[in-house]
Amino acid sequence: MKLTVWTYEGPPHVGAMRVATAMDDVHFVLHAPQGDTYADLLFTMIERRSERPPVAYTTFEARDLGGDTANVFKKTLNEAHDRFDPDLILVGASCTAELIQDDPGGLAKRIGLPVPVVPLELPSFSKKEHWGASETFYQIVRNLADRTVRRAKPVRGRPRCNILGPTALGFRHRDDVSEIAGLLSYLGVDLNIVAPLHASPADIKQIGHADFNVVLYPEIAETTARWLEKTFGQPYTKTIPIGVGATREFIQEVRELGNLLETEDLDQSNLPWWSNSVDSTYFTGKRVFIFGDATHAIAAARVATEEIGFEVVGLGCYNREFARDVRDAAKKYGVEALITDDYLEVEDAISKAQPELILGTQMERHIAKRLGVPCATIAAPVHVHDYPARYSPQMGFEGANVIFDTWIHPLLMGLEEHLLGMFREDFEFNDAAGPSHISGHAESPATVTELPTSVGWAPEAEAELRKVPFFVRGKARKNTEQFARERHLDTISLDTLYEAKAHYGR
Amino acid sequence: MSTLISTEDREGRSLPVIRERGQREVFCGLTSIVWLHRKIQDAFFLVVGSRTCAHLIQSAAGVMIFAEPRFATAILEDRDLAGLADANDELDAVVDRLLSRRPDIKMLFLVGSCPSEVIKLDLAVAAKRLSKRFLPKVRVLNYSGSGIETTFTQGEDGCLAALVADTAASKTAKPSLLVVGALADIVEDQFGRLFKALGIDDVKFLPGRTAGTQPEIGPNTHYLLAQPFLRDTARALDELGAQRIDAPFPIGAEGTTEWLRAAANIWGVDEARFERAIELPRSRAEKSLVRYRETLQDKSIFFFPDSQLEVPLARFLSRELGMQLLEVGTPYLHQDLIEKELDFLADTATLSEGQDVDAQLDRCLEAQPDITVCGLGLANPLEAKGLVTKWSIELMFSPIQGFDQAGDAAELFARPLIRKRRLAV
Ligand code: SF4
Repeated sequence: MKLTVWTYEGPPHVGAMRVATAMDDVHFVLHAPQGDTYADLLFTMIERRSERPPVAYTTFEARDLGGDTANVFKKTLNEAHDRFDPDLILVGASCTAELIQDDPGGLAKRIGLPVPVVPLELPSFSKKEHWGASETFYQIVRNLADRTVRRAKPVRGRPRCNILGPTALGFRHRDDVSEIAGLLSYLGVDLNIVAPLHASPADIKQIGHADFNVVLYPEIAETTARWLEKTFGQPYTKTIPIGVGATREFIQEVRELGNLLETEDLDQSNLPWWSNSVDSTYFTGKRVFIFGDATHAIAAARVATEEIGFEVVGLGCYNREFARDVRDAAKKYGVEALITDDYLEVEDAISKAQPELILGTQMERHIAKRLGVPCATIAAPVHVHDYPARYSPQMGFEGANVIFDTWIHPLLMGLEEHLLGMFREDFEFNDAAGPSHISGHAESPATVTELPTSVGWAPEAEAELRKVPFFVRGKARKNTEQFARERHLDTISLDTLYEAKAHYGR
Repeated sequence: MSTLISTEDREGRSLPVIRERGQREVFCGLTSIVWLHRKIQDAFFLVVGSRTCAHLIQSAAGVMIFAEPRFATAILEDRDLAGLADANDELDAVVDRLLSRRPDIKMLFLVGSCPSEVIKLDLAVAAKRLSKRFLPKVRVLNYSGSGIETTFTQGEDGCLAALVADTAASKTAKPSLLVVGALADIVEDQFGRLFKALGIDDVKFLPGRTAGTQPEIGPNTHYLLAQPFLRDTARALDELGAQRIDAPFPIGAEGTTEWLRAAANIWGVDEARFERAIELPRSRAEKSLVRYRETLQDKSIFFFPDSQLEVPLARFLSRELGMQLLEVGTPYLHQDLIEKELDFLADTATLSEGQDVDAQLDRCLEAQPDITVCGLGLANPLEAKGLVTKWSIELMFSPIQGFDQAGDAAELFARPLIRKRRLAV
C-alpha cells in the first residue's frame, strides 16, 4: 500500500484510452464501475476534445457482483458494436474488474463479433498509464499489421517512414507531429502512417509499407518499434528531436536511415542567436531542477545546459521503466537521478536543491508555487492551460523556439535582476514584486525558501542574507551553510557569509 | 433497458418517470471529498483504493488545484492483493506516516472504494483499531465512496452518516434545530441569522466546521435537510431518535421560504413574525431573479443525472424563472425526501432515474433543449453539436442555497446563454 497525494500517471486503462481516443474507427469496451467514467473528462475538458472518447463502460454495480457482471459486459459489448459500428474493438478491465476476473477477452471471443477484437491485459495494481498506452499500441499493431507486406529497398530520393507514438492527452503531440512531418518532408521523406494519432485500423494494416520508423515518444512506441524492426526490418530513430542540437542529430539519423543525400543545411531556429545575444548572459549558471517523464526530462537537461547555459541541480523521472536512461543522463550533470512517482519525495528533493527554476509537470507547479520558485512545464501530466490554442510544438526547430520562450518567461530579465539586487530595501522593489513582465504576482517567495538547518546563523548574518535577492538567496544560504559545515563552524557570522561568497563565486 | 412508469403526487397528478439501467456517466462517491475536505477544516480523507481512485479525485474537479490537499489515497498494490503483505498492517503504516506529516489533523476518514470492497478489506474494523490508537488526538471514521455502491454526492451522504453514527447522544431536553448537508460557510451564517430572527436559537450545522464542533444529536433534535441526497444520513439521524422536518430544499426564493417555514412551524413561530423575519431577504431574492428571468423565461432545459440536486433545481427554474422542463434526470429519486418538491413539479416534466447514457443522449439531441445540464465528460461534446450546456459539478462548488444566493443560482444557468449571445465566432 502506498500513500499517494498526487499521481503522475493514471492507471493503465487510461493509457489504453489515450490510444483508442487518438485513433479513428476504434471502440474500447471497458469493464469498469461508473466512477471510472471520470476518465472521459481528461479528454473532453483538459484536452478540450469535442467528441466523447470512444469508450463504453460497463458500469457494473455491487448488486451485479457474484452473479451477473459477465452478462453486463457482454451486453455492453454487443450494444457498443451495434451502435458505433467500429472497425476494431478493444476490450479490457479497470482495477475493480480485474479483481472480479470476468475475462473480457474470453467473453468477447465467445461472442464472435464480425470485427477484429483485441483483448488487453492491463494489470492495474502493478502497471501505469504509459505502460498501458504502450501495451495497447503494441497489441493493436501486432494484431492488425499485414505481415505479408514487403518493402523494396528505398527508391532513390524518396524513402518512406511511419511516425510512431503520438496519442490523445499527450504533451504537445498534435504540434510535434506537424513539426516533424514538415521536417521529414523537407528532407525528402514520404509519410506512410502516423500512429496512433488519427490512424484507422486500415492504416495500421499498412504499417509495413515503410522503410523506417520515427519514434517520437519511446514511452509509448518503443516496444512497437522493436517489434516492427524484427518483423519488417524497419529500423527506428533513437534521437528525440527536442532542442537545436538534438534536432540536427535527428536529421542526420534520418538521412542515414533513409539513405538520403545531404541537402542544404537547415538553420531555422532562433534559439542559437537568442541564447548568444548578450541579454541572455543572465541565464548563465541558473540552477534548474528537471522532473518529468524520462524522455522529456533528459531532453530538457540537454537543452538547459548546452543551449541556454543553465546548471542542472536535479534530474528525475516518474516512470521507472526508463530509469536507466535518466541515471545515465544524470551522471553527465553530476547529480543523482531521482526516480520516483512519490510527489512528496519530489517536493523534498526540490526544496533541498534550492533551484532558481523548475522544469516539470503540473505537479511541480504546485511545488514551485509553494516554494516561490519560477516554473515551466516540460512534460505530462499537464493542465488545460498547457493545451494552447496556438501552434507550440516542443520538437524540431520551432519547438526549440517555443522552449526558449517558455522557460525564459518566468525568469527575471537582464538589468532588472541587478536593480532588484542593489536596492533591496526599496519598498516597491521587494521579493513579492516578482518579474515586471508578469503581473499579478501574489506569492511571497521569501517566506518559503527558508529551510531548517543544522548550522546556526548569527542575527547580523541572517539580516545580511535577507538583502540578497530572493532568486539567488537559496543558493547563497546553501553554499554558506555547506562552507560552514565543512569548516565545522557552528555559527555563521557576517564574515562567514562573505568568505563563502568569495569561495564559491557569485 | 428502460421502463416507463409513473408516479403520483399527493393530489393524484401524474409524473412520468423513465427508469433506466445502462451505462452511467456519473462520478462515484469519492468525488465528494473534493468539497468535504475544505468544509471540515481539520479532517483528512484517506481513500483506500487503486491508482484509478487517486486519479479520479485529482481529476474530478477538472483541475488540480490544491497545493496541500487534505486528501490522499492509500494505493493497493500487487503485494497487498497477493497476500504478501497484510493489508491492515500496511494501512496502519500509511496512517502513521500521514498523521506524523500532518499533526494538525483531528479527524481521519478512511474512505472505501470498489477495490477495497471487492477484496473485503473491512475499514470499519480498521477505523476502530486506529481510533483506539490515536484517540483522543485523532478520531478515525470510515465510509464508502465506491462506485459500485455510490454516485457522486452519495459520498457526502456516507461521510455524514458515519459522523452521525459516531455522535454522542444529546441528553438535553430543549428542542434544537440541526441543518444537515455541507453548505458554503457564508450560507450557513445567513441561515443562522435567519433562524435567530425567527426565534430559533439553538441551531447547529452538520458537518461542523471542525472535528471538535460536531453537533450532538438526540430525540429532541429536529433536523432539516439542506441537500436532497442525504438518504443514509437521514436514516442514521432517525436511529438516534432525531425528527425530520419535511420540507422542500432551500434553493430559490420559494424553496428557501418553504424550507424556513417548515422549521418555523415546528417552533410555533407565528405568521407575522415569520413574515417580518424573511420579508427583506425574500424580496431581495425576488429582485435578484428579475434580471435573469429575461434570459431564462420560456427556455427549455434538459438535465442529465448527476448531483441529485436536479429535482429542486428544476422546480426553482420552472416556477421562479419560467423555464420549460424537458427531461429531469437524477441518479436516484428518493421519493420520501423530495415529496414536497415533486408536489411542485407535477405535470411539468418527465423525470428519469438511473441512466443509459447513449439512449439519453439520443433523447437530448432529439429534444434540442436551449440548455442542457450535464457532467464534465459530456459538456464539450454536446457544445460541439450545437447545444448550450451547464456543467452540473459547478452547482456543487458554488453557494446556491438561500435567499441571497438565489440570483447567483439563476446566473449560473443564464451565463451560458448570455455567453452564446455575446460570441460572434
Ligand atoms: S468507481 Fe470505484 S474504482 Fe473507480 S474511482 Fe470510484 S471508487 Fe475507485
